[in-house]
Amino acid sequence: MVNRYAPWRYILLLLVIVIGAIYATPNLYGENPALQISHRVNLADEAELGNIRGMLESEGIEYLSMELDGNNILVRFDSEEKQLRASTRLREVLYDTDRRYSIALNLAPATPDWLTSLNALPMYLGLDLRGGVHFLMEVDMESAIEKSLQRAGGEMRAFMREQKIRYQGVQASTDNISIRFGSVEARDSARLMLEEEYRDFEFGDSDDGRSWFINIGFNQTAMAEEQRSAIEQNISTLKNRVNELGVAEPVIQRQGDDRVVVQLPGVQDTVRAKEILGATATLEFRLVHGSFTDWIAAKDSGKAPIGSRLYIQSDGSPVLLKRNVIVTGDQIVGAASGIDQQSGSPDVSITMNSSGADRMAKVTRENIGKPMGVVFIEDKFDFREINGERTRVRTTESQVINVATIRDQLSKRFHITGLDSTREARDLALLLRAGALRAPMVIVEERTVGPSLGQENIDRGFLSVMVGFVAVLLFMAVYYKVFGLVANLALALNLVLMVAILSLFQATLTLPGIAGIVLTVGMAVDANVLIFERIREELRLGNTPQASIFAGYSKAFGTIADANITTFIAAIVLFGFGTGPIQGFAVTLMIGIASSMFTAIFGTRAVINLIYGGKQVSRLAI
Amino acid sequence: MALRKPAVLLSVALMLVSIISLVTLKLNVGIDFTGGSIIEVGYQQAVELQPIRGALETQGFGDAIVQHFGSANEVLIRLVPDTDKDKAELSSQIIGLLQNISDTPIDVRRVDFVGPQVGEELTEDGGLAVLYALIAILIYVAFRFEYRFSLGAVAALVHDVVITLGFFSIFQLDFDLSVLAAILAVIGYSLNDTIVVFDRVRENFRKIRKKTSLEVINISINQTISRTLMTSFTTLLVLLSLFFLGGEVIHSFALALIIGVLVGTYSSIYVATTSALALGISRSDMLLPEKEGEEMARP
Repeated sequence: MVNRYAPWRYILLLLVIVIGAIYATPNLYGENPALQISHRVNLADEAELGNIRGMLESEGIEYLSMELDGNNILVRFDSEEKQLRASTRLREVLYDTDRRYSIALNLAPATPDWLTSLNALPMYLGLDLRGGVHFLMEVDMESAIEKSLQRAGGEMRAFMREQKIRYQGVQASTDNISIRFGSVEARDSARLMLEEEYRDFEFGDSDDGRSWFINIGFNQTAMAEEQRSAIEQNISTLKNRVNELGVAEPVIQRQGDDRVVVQLPGVQDTVRAKEILGATATLEFRLVHGSFTDWIAAKDSGKAPIGSRLYIQSDGSPVLLKRNVIVTGDQIVGAASGIDQQSGSPDVSITMNSSGADRMAKVTRENIGKPMGVVFIEDKFDFREINGERTRVRTTESQVINVATIRDQLSKRFHITGLDSTREARDLALLLRAGALRAPMVIVEERTVGPSLGQENIDRGFLSVMVGFVAVLLFMAVYYKVFGLVANLALALNLVLMVAILSLFQATLTLPGIAGIVLTVGMAVDANVLIFERIREELRLGNTPQASIFAGYSKAFGTIADANITTFIAAIVLFGFGTGPIQGFAVTLMIGIASSMFTAIFGTRAVINLIYGGKQVSRLAI
Repeated sequence: MALRKPAVLLSVALMLVSIISLVTLKLNVGIDFTGGSIIEVGYQQAVELQPIRGALETQGFGDAIVQHFGSANEVLIRLVPDTDKDKAELSSQIIGLLQNISDTPIDVRRVDFVGPQVGEELTEDGGLAVLYALIAILIYVAFRFEYRFSLGAVAALVHDVVITLGFFSIFQLDFDLSVLAAILAVIGYSLNDTIVVFDRVRENFRKIRKKTSLEVINISINQTISRTLMTSFTTLLVLLSLFFLGGEVIHSFALALIIGVLVGTYSSIYVATTSALALGISRSDMLLPEKEGEEMARP
């Protein structure tokens, strides 16, 4: 009944305060504008560091510090102006001589080393606070499967030719490959051989009285594997593209079966980011079919001869290209945009991989003097209402950008012209370098916050937390006097602990998260209100001050626990079923509940015991 | 509890008005749930809306809603969901257009685009979140107290949610994801209040033997009322700070919570216990020889 705490409790409390303070401190230091330079192939090393240091010094651009940060080189500046100047200059020097570097603008936390060595970092701010883009992209699985089936259909065609199986046609659609035969016998024997060879597929038969078909689709495991690899390849392509854009700390993550989340902090030009990420542009090289008269005839009749396809060039004139593709964009490993020396128009120089180069060499050697077409292919999406259902419709736009006579054997490196602008050439080169998407993707959700709004959100969030906090502090001090002041200490500690926990776990702080903090400040005092009201009640019943303190704390505890656990359950459900903004709110709410339980019960009791414990007290200032 | 009957009438009336409004006026749901685009741009000087509307109209965006947001320097453009045009590229197109007709560089402050599919999912997930939260709470309270308390608590929560939603419906305020989060927070908050009252009711049922159920509940509410009002007051203090200082984005969120806290405070005093009482709660239901209140006491 003397209300004294064992020394270990004070040690524990002190420990929590010290640790909380350490991990909350990094948030007091601001951020430095910085450049993050990474080498695409090699890891950055001291030599590279010296290189860049030399370059900056010769330009007379002052920097604060330069350090190796894992794979990257981080250069800090004291102003954004210097950061931008350095970035422009380095891009010119490093980026244009060879494209092995990616340079990203960044804000690097100015946390002192002794804190960083303790793993104490500032809170990780969400995109709504630091500015940036959030995209949710959906992979068009249907077309991924269709492409795979087309490829498999081609292989089967070659296999049947090799095995001397007589078939009439192979047709690949979005869900199966259909092979046509002239007789039942031919079909059945072919099916046996195909089934033996292609184990990843499911086979079925059908006929329409005149022809007999084998219908082939992926079996379940193969289908799942196809989808998995489609999304993984898309993610790796997206990563390459984001690197090309030069974004510091991007997040590219799979979400669910067919979606990818892309978060690009600090990106200003969202229009371009959107174009580049979703772009499906790629190239195909095909030989030209027939002569000019054939092309005109095909345009008039609207029908292309067998083995060819009709294209309309950008000037409106028709051209026929062979269906067989020489090489596709997948086989391109390097690309750079520039200006063609002869014509002065933008061009893209291309480097093929070895299989592509071999094929290119073979075909061009055999076709010297004949024309070849370069086709620019892009997928576009539209929404249509079909049978009352909103459906996404994909259309592929193919445009012949260039038809030129093969003068010489082409091999690993060559360049193409015929692009509309330097911007188009630059984007095409970027896309070819970064690799093609396995399947087209469409943005199904976008959240962009400009840097000015981000800063405003931080300022306003901070202000509202502070004003709300001070209002509660004043009220508590007036209403509960000494006890109120003790509760205020607990409230302050609660705020520090929340910031420390958020920093320690690097949980993302968003605007709804700040709202969660504000709400917790309001609710954190609830535990103290419960205790203090109970103590007042005990005093009114005529109990001694010491007994009242004891009874107040013990009786209120069950209630506080019950009330907080139920709120905690609600927060868990919020976190589990909610998305982005709701989750941010739920996280801070949970952290707030946990830390406020500690500070409001354990923390205040420790101080109250220190003030009143073990003494003769005639009245309490409550 | 003397005001029990008028309170029931008031609650029923408020619920009815809310439900009627929800059915007829419906909620003014934002693009989070319907799909569509919102673009917020900042200008260096105050801008007129008419030229912007005109320019948008010539480009086939005649149904776009254009309004000032926060100040005359900022413009918010809302595109109603359109089956044929709903694409992420739309916002790029509009930003380009706005830049073209402005003499000074514009600042893109915010772009939200939600595809129709995602909108549907968010609606579904949001609804499910509320439902699961209610069920989880029902189970916990039934386990900790008694099923009639549990039903009383949930009745109070449904009451709070319906009236808060009703408020948003009647005044046709924007209902977006953050408001949904606020509604969920209201559930947590109002529950907190209700549990505190129930806890006291249980304690008094065990302690006071010579009084009727109604009297015991009345005493319990009187004992906890100052705490209930105090906590609501401090919470409202910070919410008002959020509402006035938190900025436009957080406005509806703060408003939903303010309404929710007001209604929640009232309901934990009147609705929750009245419901439990109507279901026939009495002392005999509470006479389990539980002692955990004492043992857990020493923090």
